[in-house]
Amino acid sequence: MNFVLNGKARVAVSDLTVADLLRELELATERLVVEHNARILRADDYADACIGDGDKVEIVRFVAGG
Amino acid sequence: MDKLIIAGHTFSSRLFVGTGKYPTLVVMKESLEASGTEMVTVALRRVNLDEPGESLLSHIDLEKYFLLPNTAGCHTAEEAVRTARLARAAGLSNWVKLEVIPDDGSLLPDPVETVRAADMLVKDGFVVLPYTTDDHTVARRLVEAGCAAVMPFGSAIGTGQGLPHPERLQRLIDVVHGYVPVVVDAGIGAPSDAALAMELGADAVLINTAIAQAGDPVSMAVAMALGVRAGRLAYLAGRIPRSASASPSSPDSGSLL
Repeated sequence: MNFVLNGKARVAVSDLTVADLLRELELATERLVVEHNARILRADDYADACIGDGDKVEIVRFVAGG
Repeated sequence: MDKLIIAGHTFSSRLFVGTGKYPTLVVMKESLEASGTEMVTVALRRVNLDEPGESLLSHIDLEKYFLLPNTAGCHTAEEAVRTARLARAAGLSNWVKLEVIPDDGSLLPDPVETVRAADMLVKDGFVVLPYTTDDHTVARRLVEAGCAAVMPFGSAIGTGQGLPHPERLQRLIDVVHGYVPVVVDAGIGAPSDAALAMELGADAVLINTAIAQAGDPVSMAVAMALGVRAGRLAYLAGRIPRSASASPSSPDSGSLL
């Protein structure tokens, strides 16, 4: 299963949820924001949001800036 | 110093500070502390999945500082709206520093896209603080769109050129006065620039590069806070006019000469 994560192609063995992905990436979820196919997810949505073939996922956070 | 209210939020400090370009996050944290600021800007970017690095927020006490996410990097109104919505989803506030800057190296705002984005964001329930030009008509449009403040540049971001056109800023301040606060944002280089902005009647200033890239950022943060305070007190005190004719400070009569 191929999807795009933060602009880069990624492969997953099978369908996974956003919650699975965040666990796999070992990312603390505090103040992260996830967008799945242009839809902004709430933390409650992560366990139900299934990433499928061709999907686009963006994981963003606050960084230093003016 | 008298308090400043923006969109119902009260600030005791009229100096807002950016979190970018510091030599280290520790220096950033110390500089914010030294500045006495109560609101800091941040940007929104993809997590670097290969090297996540330190989290900025682990160095910013959210009990102490109000976070103002910016839409830096956005070239169109649509990009700015998408970025603002992502920032809002982090759950801190619905405030956004709106920046819509073309990809031409000038770092000067696109006034047309900024007004368009402001309109969309206000209608979507955001509290919008737009980075804008020193054009008073653009400022008026932003006020009409429902922005909570207007944030004209002194000069382009990171140039440290101060306020080369104070009369333009003065005109903008006069037009906006009484409607929403004016925050001079970008181009401040030294505390004297910050003081001048406040003397002209600006309600606050936003400074990043001039503090972050100073020789000693922490000391410069202190200096900037003093400059802002001096300028605000001077504005409230009422300066003397510039006069073409001289008048002595010592009496004419009674001289022994």
